[in-house]
Amino acid sequence: MTGPRSPEDYEPESQARKPAGATAMRLVVPLQGVVQGSGGLILGSLIPCALFYFFQLYVKRHRSPRSDSNPTLPSQSSSNLTELPRSSSRSNLSSRGSIGRVRVSSRASSIARPNDSPYYIGLDKVSEDAYDRFDNPNGIIQLGLSENRLCFDLIEKWLSENLKDSVIGSDGGYLSISGIVAYQPFDGLMELKGAMAGFMSQVMGGAVSFDPSQMVLTCGATPALEMLCFCLADPGNAFLVPTPYYPGFDRDMRWRTGVELIPVHCRRTDNFIISISALDQAFNQARKRGVKVRGILISNPANPVGNLLPRETLDSLLDFSQEKNIHIIADEIFAGSMHGTGEFVSMAEVLDSKDIDKTRIHIVYGLSKDLSLPGFRVGVIYSFNDSVLVAAKRLTRFSSISAPTQRLLTSMLSDTRFTRAYIETNKKRIREMHDLFVAGLKKLGIECALSSAGLYCWVDMSGLIPSYSEKGELDLWVKLLNIAKINVTPGSACHCIEPGWFRCCFTSLSEEDIPIVIERIRKVAETCKSSS
Amino acid sequence: MTRTRFALTGTSEQDTKLTTTSSRGEGGTVMRIIVPLQGVVQGRGGLFLGSVIPCALFYFLQLYLKRHRSAPSTPPPPPKDAAASSYQPSSSEGQLPEVSVLSRSFSRIHPSPKSPGGPAYVSSRVNLVLKGGDSPYDIGLRKVSEDPYHEAGNPDGVIQLGLAENKLSLDLVRDWLAENAREAMLGGGRNGEELNIDGIASYQPFDGLMELKVAVAEFMSQVMEKAVSFNPSQIVLTAGATPAIEILSFCLADTGNAFLVPTPYYPCFDRDVKWRTGVEIIPVPCRSGDNFSLSITALDRAFNQAKKRGTKVRGIIISNPSNPVGNLLNRETLYGLLDFAREKNIHIVSNEIFAGSTHGNKEFVSMAEIIDLEDFDRNRVHIVYGLSKDLSLPGFRVGVIYSFNENVLAAAKKLTRFSSISAPSQRLLISMLSDTKFIQQFIDINRGRLRGMYVKFVAGLKQLGIECIKSNGGFYCWADMRGLIRSYSEKGELELWDKLLNVAKVNVTPGSSCHCIEPGWFRFCFTTLTQKDIPVVMERIRKISETCKYPS
Repeated sequence: MTGPRSPEDYEPESQARKPAGATAMRLVVPLQGVVQGSGGLILGSLIPCALFYFFQLYVKRHRSPRSDSNPTLPSQSSSNLTELPRSSSRSNLSSRGSIGRVRVSSRASSIARPNDSPYYIGLDKVSEDAYDRFDNPNGIIQLGLSENRLCFDLIEKWLSENLKDSVIGSDGGYLSISGIVAYQPFDGLMELKGAMAGFMSQVMGGAVSFDPSQMVLTCGATPALEMLCFCLADPGNAFLVPTPYYPGFDRDMRWRTGVELIPVHCRRTDNFIISISALDQAFNQARKRGVKVRGILISNPANPVGNLLPRETLDSLLDFSQEKNIHIIADEIFAGSMHGTGEFVSMAEVLDSKDIDKTRIHIVYGLSKDLSLPGFRVGVIYSFNDSVLVAAKRLTRFSSISAPTQRLLTSMLSDTRFTRAYIETNKKRIREMHDLFVAGLKKLGIECALSSAGLYCWVDMSGLIPSYSEKGELDLWVKLLNIAKINVTPGSACHCIEPGWFRCCFTSLSEEDIPIVIERIRKVAETCKSSS
Repeated sequence: MTRTRFALTGTSEQDTKLTTTSSRGEGGTVMRIIVPLQGVVQGRGGLFLGSVIPCALFYFLQLYLKRHRSAPSTPPPPPKDAAASSYQPSSSEGQLPEVSVLSRSFSRIHPSPKSPGGPAYVSSRVNLVLKGGDSPYDIGLRKVSEDPYHEAGNPDGVIQLGLAENKLSLDLVRDWLAENAREAMLGGGRNGEELNIDGIASYQPFDGLMELKVAVAEFMSQVMEKAVSFNPSQIVLTAGATPAIEILSFCLADTGNAFLVPTPYYPCFDRDVKWRTGVEIIPVPCRSGDNFSLSITALDRAFNQAKKRGTKVRGIIISNPSNPVGNLLNRETLYGLLDFAREKNIHIVSNEIFAGSTHGNKEFVSMAEIIDLEDFDRNRVHIVYGLSKDLSLPGFRVGVIYSFNENVLAAAKKLTRFSSISAPSQRLLISMLSDTKFIQQFIDINRGRLRGMYVKFVAGLKQLGIECIKSNGGFYCWADMRGLIRSYSEKGELELWDKLLNVAKVNVTPGSSCHCIEPGWFRFCFTTLTQKDIPVVMERIRKISETCKYPS
């Protein structure tokens, strides 16, 4: 396939570079010299083969990063020109055979495949057989989804009082109807942005104020992350992500963008706090592999560990990003779901006090956790970068929030008396649940990592796993899911490097459920201990 | 080190393998044979070839690396390289320069992140998005949003005729909402109160609530006058038809593949289909001579041209009722399309979002109906629908993918995590759509008002000497203003558009935004107007048309 091109092609090139030597050509066979030399025919054929082999090796290595995020690309691109005509003739052929099955895109077929991460398998399992105290007491208890059901009563009360007025307005006039049914700006109503900025700063204890004009609203934090990923990185580029990280990142950041996530491992000895030297090492390794790192993705408060990044760490992260000229995405979606005594410091606050190029900082927020409204699908991109804001605003055409919901939330968030009461009560209830749950585990001899925020705790069950490996961890996870019938998230799903850690979300439980959960864990724990 | 290897290659077959693979020979050469391309050099070619060949090789490698790095998003172009290296003579060395270039390219990447003051780059693909906002379509919309016409408040503002939005029946929706909104969102007393809050506040399936799918399926078949029934399990709900189209584009085509789209087409297809997916659109021109109806021959020609260029065509996207022309595809054309798709083994995406907004007396035929009647292989047909047009609720952002393909449904369901509909709106719509009396009334009244406006608007234009293509659906008419443009070209068309926008202060969509191949056509959306506005619009257009007729 390549043969016919080459001789004519490179000959003039070489002439052009060294016009001086006008030798009489007798070179007809490519490897003529060698063939006529002592090596003979064998060398003449072996050498090009070896060459080609190395070339393929090189091409493969050079492209490998992309292939792992999207298995379809390599075959497609490596064959670029040489194979294209062939492949199109192939599609032609199959179409002639009258019952050729039409194919979907290769990226879709990889997405359509059944879930293989334990995180999603567990969620699917719960949805088939969910626990209910009365209707299905033998069902699976959900500890795998970080959803907060502790304060639904407050939301419900507010809605029952204010719903009608907030959606259509009290007078039901023509103007207000056109405000919900007609086209609205895709990136969110300005009123809602204003209310959201107020709510965010309230949640963060008034330490920072947010500018509504730097805000883009999306239908959930999920598309907010994907959008940022589109805006900051090209296919084959990468983000550094401290592990353990939220299992959904793999979908949000990689699926459609072709971007790679490079895990940067944190260990229990550091309380799972990221160290700059580990980041630096991962950055350099990626560079050696030829992968361009475009940013760092952190979650603060961390999911799944629940710890907070100290001010100094944020500070040095900023320095690091400045030095390497990369972006930082700070996912602060749990900022208001605090239950410990630690102080939450937003990236926006550190930025305020520092003289630094702000255009590389992007904050993701949402109402799914702190206001426990995941069904409303409201996410926020807060960025200091104008190009990112302009692009994200245009991209929200694919992920905008339904207008009735926006109207409703505008009044809910503007009702600061309600939000203040809500935030306080919510924190208190999370703390109570956290303390109960952790105490229950402690009685079984199971410890949790120290945490001060989030709707979960990070549980050390390394004493219960049959072998200190990912396999041992997954064995225990299967037992918990199928025998004890509780769905938790194993550390391996969060890319944790140490086996035996599990994330347990306790906010979808009620207080009465806790003894049941603990009892179920106890049974499994006993069989594990006795067998070991 | 290259020399060593070559020295050794001379000895035996095994040796060659060994040294070439290890790729790092130690340099202990004593031999007379120290020139890289020993064989060639000793042959007739002499010294010249021995030095030129590695140089050329090296040059090609650099070329390859450079191209490879500058455009990481486009697939790497190996052909030159493959050519060079596969046939390159003596060059077990060919692989060595490669190594040296590799390390150099790293060092080149290196300094840029180190430079301290550099700005943080955004991705190169997003530049396409950043540049994308300056078509006449966008400029017009922006202009209206800055200075919208209002009969009393701003009588000199710009009148919106550029956005396909229906405000004719908002009063019906308003009355329904005023009466039912609260119960619709929180539910009545039948279930426990706690259950209801649970149904809107907590996580719901991303691809839409089953109840809403059932209601939407019923609504779709009601809108299409019961000619088809839709299976709710084949429905995926998205936050508007826009993401529905994007998701289908993701699922049916890979980067670099293409869709055939008959022109003139809806200006935003360029964004929805192409922006993030890396998929191409190949316009298939339709002409005024055929009343802008689609011909299979034109499709076939475009398909073959694409094949020649090496572009893989993965499907056809049609709008029926078409936007911006407003005509309907008849049964024969739909059958023809299916045959064509089957012959070429490609997909059909049928955008039927205006299915219920017909105002003529011609019958609308859904692709789903054709599929139902015939035993075609259904896997290749995907229908896009939404509530933005037929229920005039664009603010609610509700779109529908209706597909017969299991894989597409599975992938689309997972992708709705990026485009799901807010649960309160879903609850509200479940009640609204389940109120069949209201829906039937709405459809009837809305159709009547739509027809009334269409007739008035087209008559108004006719009085000015402007003819429209006879249309049967949609919120717009496709007006022939070829007589008013100064030069028969895109430039002439845009001049007239500019005059209409800035002098007459009406925002319309020029045909060039819709990739229409013939200049002088404009889309006028009349459903955001009231009856009283029509004379105002006509008066404004008249003034312009008079000045335009003079010079020509």
